[in-house]
Amino acid sequence: MTINLSISPRRTPAPPPGTIGIGQPEPVASPAFRENAKRQLQNTQMRKNLRHATTTIRNKRLLRVAEVPNWEEVRSAGAALKDRIGRHLDKYLAQAEENLTKAGAHVHWARDAEEANRIITGIVKSKGVDEVVKIKSMVTQEIEMNEALEAAGIAAWETDLAELIVQLGHDRPSHILVPAIHRNREEVREIFNKEMGQYGTPPPDKMSNDPPILAGAARRHLREKFLRAKVGISGSNMVICDTGTVCIVESEGNGRMCLTLPETLISVVGVEKVIPTFDDLEVFMKLLPRSSTAERMNPYTSMWTGTTDGDGPQELHVVFVDNGRTNALADPEGRSALRCIRCSACMNICPIFERVGGHAYGSVYPGPIGIILTPQMRGINSAIDKSLPYASTLCCACADACPVKIPIPDIIVHLRNKIADKKKHDMHPHLEPTVMVPVNWMFNSAKHFEFVQKAVSFAAGTALKNTDYLGPMPWPASPWTRARDIPAPPAESFRQWWKKNRGGRR
Amino acid sequence: MSSRDVIFSRIRTALADVPNLEPEQDIPLNWEYGKPLPLPDVLETFVQNCLDYKAEVERVPAAKVPEAITKMLKEHKVRTMVVPAGIDDGWRKAAEKGGVKLIDDDPPKTHQELNEIDAVMTASRVGIADTGTIVLDHVADQGRRALSLVPDLHLCVIRADQVVSDVPEAVQRLKPSVQAGQPLTWISGPSATSDIELSRVEGVHGPRNLLIILAE
Ligand code: SF4
Repeated sequence: MTINLSISPRRTPAPPPGTIGIGQPEPVASPAFRENAKRQLQNTQMRKNLRHATTTIRNKRLLRVAEVPNWEEVRSAGAALKDRIGRHLDKYLAQAEENLTKAGAHVHWARDAEEANRIITGIVKSKGVDEVVKIKSMVTQEIEMNEALEAAGIAAWETDLAELIVQLGHDRPSHILVPAIHRNREEVREIFNKEMGQYGTPPPDKMSNDPPILAGAARRHLREKFLRAKVGISGSNMVICDTGTVCIVESEGNGRMCLTLPETLISVVGVEKVIPTFDDLEVFMKLLPRSSTAERMNPYTSMWTGTTDGDGPQELHVVFVDNGRTNALADPEGRSALRCIRCSACMNICPIFERVGGHAYGSVYPGPIGIILTPQMRGINSAIDKSLPYASTLCCACADACPVKIPIPDIIVHLRNKIADKKKHDMHPHLEPTVMVPVNWMFNSAKHFEFVQKAVSFAAGTALKNTDYLGPMPWPASPWTRARDIPAPPAESFRQWWKKNRGGRR
Repeated sequence: MSSRDVIFSRIRTALADVPNLEPEQDIPLNWEYGKPLPLPDVLETFVQNCLDYKAEVERVPAAKVPEAITKMLKEHKVRTMVVPAGIDDGWRKAAEKGGVKLIDDDPPKTHQELNEIDAVMTASRVGIADTGTIVLDHVADQGRRALSLVPDLHLCVIRADQVVSDVPEAVQRLKPSVQAGQPLTWISGPSATSDIELSRVEGVHGPRNLLIILAE
């Protein structure tokens, strides 16, 4: 937020320093989740906006889901199809490649972010242009494509309203569906007034902070860019294997602009995004809109099968990206995370996400899906990635909401085990086994257990005269009690009460 | 090794535990494709759900379509309208009767030219009652995709026999279009965003007005 643009040779507004991408060569510099969360919790405005957003969307989602009589069956079909795809991914990708090529698209393969960016930059440069319009897409954020293009002197213009607010605000998305939800209307007005004119059509004079007026300013600002764009870049919600069709689901129509007006279109697609047949579309077109924006159907969905004479881009590229997905695929207990259709239902229902927001997760994928997907894709080496699977209370709300039934809590526990094993393996002194010695002793016999209970209530009785909760405790309990209140132990345990009132009868 | 080969070999290694079966055998599916949704009144549901998405809807007998076209275009004070080559002659005349100057997309208009035109009129391929959706497959009576995107008002005529109950039926009806290589655009209400404080704004980049005439 402190970059001075007048001395910067950049083409687009600079994002904040650091990286939230996946698969970049440099190690991820983000501190662990707990530190991030603490900082984010200071931001009351963001917390208020987020609570409003997540509550509204998740309540509406329940309404929309209740309208579908066979919702559970559709979910099961979606989960099964996604498993089928994952377990036979090589077969489906080969079929997709064949049919995309037959339809006239050029198919490329990228092992990692760096290679994907190299391919994309190469295509854009070969068209002799220095700007592209792009649709909001998780995978292009994951590979941090905008910055790679910027480094090559190419401006990538975000065209989704929220992404435009984020880009012009030198900011990062805080939610995968409504990325600028941490900004209120006044902040949006300020960002537009300060930045828009530097990058194209300025906002009207004395613009109010009314959302329709702000959206109108964005429409005018971007219209000019759409009309002159020669290259468009998109992600894809689905690539249909048996027809070679690419599918994009969106709301604003900026997607349609990017897919229709440029001469060249590049679609960047995670390898897991293929679906077997055109018939299967019915399952996902029922699941996705109701689970994401809580609508019966999103305003616009576009599908194209190769090029069409006289209609839309005459040159199509599809870049399939691995970038850590095959790492996730290799873990039979973790691979179902790849079922994800990026609807954000798990985020909107997560009590942790609602409080800390997307910025705390140090990854483009926040919330419940983020904490199982990021460490699988990126590995469990950095402080942030090791801490992510702990950003959960295991309340299981996410698993209930997920339209493709990803067992998120099971995978969280599985990853925690992996991290604990790794720690053991790395020979760091480890707290848990040490704590477990006295715990074992305590549970070994009823006498031991009673002794501990009595000791605890006695200690609590003397130390906690006026409060119901234990506050932060000294080490070794400090890491645990820093963020949690423990109810004070009762003056009398159930065992003591039973003995007194029932005379020890069994 | 090419990147393609590397990725395929990573996938095969990752899936070493998966039995070598046909995918359909490995993960069977308990699902019946193309099933209609039992609705008391498909057409009325379609109309209600389109209205719910802030589209304007006129439900008229087939013979009255021209009349409805004239009326709607007048109400919206449309002055210029681009029309695809295959559009019904009667609809053209009805629009002209409403005082609208028709512009043919022949030779194809530039994006800038389309941006100056008030409206577009198209037919459609399929309507979906449960979701309030119309789907275009961009054949001659609907025109190329840019036509129904750049102008700010889209008037779309759909026949009652094109309206199905739900998404699965629609997908089955759309399959021949996709197999013929046609692009599809699914439209549910006018363009919308909820990006600023989650307050819904109708109309960002796509047409801000969607008018539907349902012909019975
Ligand atoms: S994990 Fe499930 S609920 Fe979460 S974004 Fe992915 S599909 Fe949606």
